[in-house]
Amino acid sequence: MPIAQPDLEAILRDGFPDAEITIEDLAGDGDHYKARIVSAAFAGLPRVRQHQLVYAALKGRMGGELHALALETSAPQ
Amino acid sequence: MTETTTANPVHDWIAKTVAEHPAVLFMKGVPEQPQCGFSAQVVQILDHLGADFVGVNVLQSDPLREGIKTYSDWPTIPQLYVKGEFVGGCDIIREMFQSGELKPILEGAGVIAA
Repeated sequence: MPIAQPDLEAILRDGFPDAEITIEDLAGDGDHYKARIVSAAFAGLPRVRQHQLVYAALKGRMGGELHALALETSAPQ
Repeated sequence: MTETTTANPVHDWIAKTVAEHPAVLFMKGVPEQPQCGFSAQVVQILDHLGADFVGVNVLQSDPLREGIKTYSDWPTIPQLYVKGEFVGGCDIIREMFQSGELKPILEGAGVIAA
């Protein structure tokens, strides 16, 4: 059950309105993405918490509709 | 995840397992034969560092496969636990390996020679 890149971006944008978001479709199949998200929401949080926030924004799609999403999260410098 | 007892027997089993072994990798397949590229990457990193870890194959049990996700509030596998703490999945472990953060954590747990 792949998910289209603009849809993925819209979902992430919804969860992190302030963020700088870059998405790459790694395999061209709509199922293996890499997302780089830079948001103030991540400031001061350990990586596990940062990624948990992203998974929360994806509302259960991760591991289901979305098989693979490599994440790179950080707070703005 | 810090609760010592839960109503969920799978969570109890996971808590016991990560308490008994200093490094535990919940993965798809076994360390000698991973069945997913992400699990394979983490095994490769741990092997490269010479870490002594216990691999738990989540494919052996559906309740375990689901239970590990709710235990850590983390939707994907693999998951690495060191000294009972969830350290991360594939991306985080790779980043921590590349930045040199992973090795001291494993040394601190006594699973690689310092």
